[in-house]
Amino acid sequence: MLRLVLSRLLAAIPVMGVVAIFVFLLLRLSPGDPAAILAGDTATPEIIAEIRADLGLDRPIPEQFVTWIGQLAQGDLGKSVLSKQPVTMMISQRVEPTMSLALTTLIFAIVVAVPMGILAAWKQGSWFDRGIMALSVAGFSIPVFVLGYIMVYVFSMKLDLFPAQGFASIRDGLPGFLERIALPTVTLSFIYIALFARITRTAMLEVLNEDYIRTAHAKGLKERVVLVKHALRNAAIPIVSVIGIGFALLIGGVVITETVFNIPGIGRLVVDAVLGRDYPIIQGVILVFSGVYVLINLAIDIAYVLLDPRIRY
Amino acid sequence: MRSRRFQMFVSAIGLSIGLGLLAGAAADAVAQDKKTLRFIPHAGLRVTDPILTTAFMSRNHGYMIYDTLFSVDDKMQVKPQMVEKHEVSGDKLTYTFTLRDGLKFHDGAPVTSADVIASLARWGKNDTMGQKLFTYTKEWKEVDAKTFQLVLKEPYGLVLDSLGKPSSNVPFIMPARIAATPASQNVPEEIGSGPFRFIKGEFQPGVKVVYEKNPDYKPRSEPASNTSGGKVAKVDRVEWLTIADPQTAMNALLKGEVDIWEQPAFDLLPELKKSKDVDIRNLQPLGMNYMLRMNWLQPPLDNVKVRQAILHAIQQEDYLAAQVGDPEYYKVCGAIFGCSSPLATDAGAVGVKKANVAQAKKMLAESGYKGEKIVIMAPTDLNSINQLPLVTAPLIRAIGVNVEVQSMDWQTLVGRRAKMDPIDQGGWHIFHTAWGTADMMNPIANAGTKGLGKQGGFFGWTEDPVIEKLRDDYAREPDAAKQKAIAEAVQKRVYELVHYIPLGEYFQPSAIRKNVVGNLPSAAYVLWNIEKK
Repeated sequence: MLRLVLSRLLAAIPVMGVVAIFVFLLLRLSPGDPAAILAGDTATPEIIAEIRADLGLDRPIPEQFVTWIGQLAQGDLGKSVLSKQPVTMMISQRVEPTMSLALTTLIFAIVVAVPMGILAAWKQGSWFDRGIMALSVAGFSIPVFVLGYIMVYVFSMKLDLFPAQGFASIRDGLPGFLERIALPTVTLSFIYIALFARITRTAMLEVLNEDYIRTAHAKGLKERVVLVKHALRNAAIPIVSVIGIGFALLIGGVVITETVFNIPGIGRLVVDAVLGRDYPIIQGVILVFSGVYVLINLAIDIAYVLLDPRIRY
Repeated sequence: MRSRRFQMFVSAIGLSIGLGLLAGAAADAVAQDKKTLRFIPHAGLRVTDPILTTAFMSRNHGYMIYDTLFSVDDKMQVKPQMVEKHEVSGDKLTYTFTLRDGLKFHDGAPVTSADVIASLARWGKNDTMGQKLFTYTKEWKEVDAKTFQLVLKEPYGLVLDSLGKPSSNVPFIMPARIAATPASQNVPEEIGSGPFRFIKGEFQPGVKVVYEKNPDYKPRSEPASNTSGGKVAKVDRVEWLTIADPQTAMNALLKGEVDIWEQPAFDLLPELKKSKDVDIRNLQPLGMNYMLRMNWLQPPLDNVKVRQAILHAIQQEDYLAAQVGDPEYYKVCGAIFGCSSPLATDAGAVGVKKANVAQAKKMLAESGYKGEKIVIMAPTDLNSINQLPLVTAPLIRAIGVNVEVQSMDWQTLVGRRAKMDPIDQGGWHIFHTAWGTADMMNPIANAGTKGLGKQGGFFGWTEDPVIEKLRDDYAREPDAAKQKAIAEAVQKRVYELVHYIPLGEYFQPSAIRKNVVGNLPSAAYVLWNIEKK
């Protein structure tokens, strides 16, 4: 296991190196000028040129790259072009809302979807099964922003049960945190409930036709034990894979939900940075995210080993 | 029996105490809420230095924490603010200023003449009017801690107008150690002497800015008017909360989660007007102005006859109807210094109310135009101006111009408009923008009237020695009536050579909860004088 972890972490270094070069070059080749953005609409070209020189953006691209890599080697992601705040600090400010939303969504989706998928497989062809499948089609089909606005309209504006927007840290109290995170969590989890429920159902259906399930039934085991202990455990590998991929997608894909519910997360940080051509923030976030994806993949691989001892790396 | 009664008695006492505590806590929360003003600004604050950037967000932030030597009242008259008194020598070459007593920075240090001189020197490097003032300046002299002098090389008519200018870049006063920062770099600390203090620990760029009332601030005794008079902070705390999505911002305001939305989208105003809790108020009596700017370096727009043909092909109403919609919020007028400015006039104006397509076609034919492609840069993400290029394209296509509209985000446009290169190397012909009247209300402040070409002109690089001489004449002229005549000549020249095309004035109202009172109509957006009932 330790060898697996170490080898994966070592393999991440060249991956992140390639990401760093790619992102740096892509940003420098894209149109837009951070100095002009910083100076404002009525600034003269002379002032913009001074700011550009001050930011080092007038230097050759290889020189800029070497400077940036030198900073990275010291664990420094640089400073925002616009606000002059350290990128590390800005990312750390925005990680909590995004991770909170991603984790609550993931937990809520798993808690709702996996039992739904198991029951749908168990009652295959029944009205319950068809209902679950119809709901999952709806979950895939409704755009998250449409659902978000509907949720706000009904549960916030009409029923006055939740705030319309904003985020509260869990450190400031659980009730306030739950009150703010509830609507975005339910909104964002819809598509993941649909995905996880379908995968769980499919994986369970394959397993439920196996001989050892028939044997378990023949031994007189309770249906719950057969479903959970014998069937679900053996169907878990594809479910865990999809949940892992879903989590990675969640972290990178919450920006619309963050915008609809005004949650100051990483997604909005990146969008604002792209629109403002704030190169250090974009570079920093992409590097951090590539590292997170490596770790998520590693966690999935470890889960495989734990769930199925036959799997070796 | 007794025991049961006793239990009921104790329960009643407990319930009363509990309810009392709850009521007390609720009353505290309401009182605290009344002392906190929550404000949705038009964009997120990222750059905290209002001298480095001309962005309005940074200007408005500047008004929260800094103070100015002079300000303007609601008649746009310059009034003293940090200055107690000032004198002008008989030869009009020496201005002597004395600061008010008791002015203190947020770090406790007194405001001194040295701070003022350092702050103005930094401002003079970046600001259009500041640059002009400094070309006439011989020296700034520190007489004592509270007194300083401006010595001019020759009489200059805009000294007080420059020091009291209400919009970007505003000559805010900072401590000298902070004002020593090069004008091309962001200041390292946000310390002023204004009515609110910046709370750095709670600052999240682009998300949230927090200010607290400055207990040491001594407001002037005059009533607040525009950016002048007594800046009385009537709430203890102000939170700027950026909400990017207009629908979400509207929901937050309707639910009372915020108190003021600075710039609601025009299409949401009808919905907001239905609310019994929300008012729509126009706090920008000077308004904003749309403009079409052409690039004089690029053929065929280097040909004045082609530019004039385009000028004759357009009419303001089309732009205002497309971009703003409701005529309640816009005004058709040909004034290049803003329809609400003291220098407003229609002299020389063309194409304001009705386009003259026949004349435009005739002029285009006479210009020798050979069908060269004209590239219009169209920002798709900036809701406040994104319709303008889409109006220009068919209007000038109708007279026979070969138009290509290139869509891009605003920041790409901002980067690209600085390019003087030919079209096939990333150059451009036309872009549209919007300026506040306060930023363009005289020939010196209005960068669109500069005629310096590549040597310091605004994007489009209009080169015109005649207009530059007129601008200089305006700057030197101390008499207001004569200044107005020169401004009129500048306007005629702008239309004659088509420096830019004004596309009309509009007013951006604010949406405000009805329990919020005291908002001041202003050339910027100021949050003193406001209280929650």
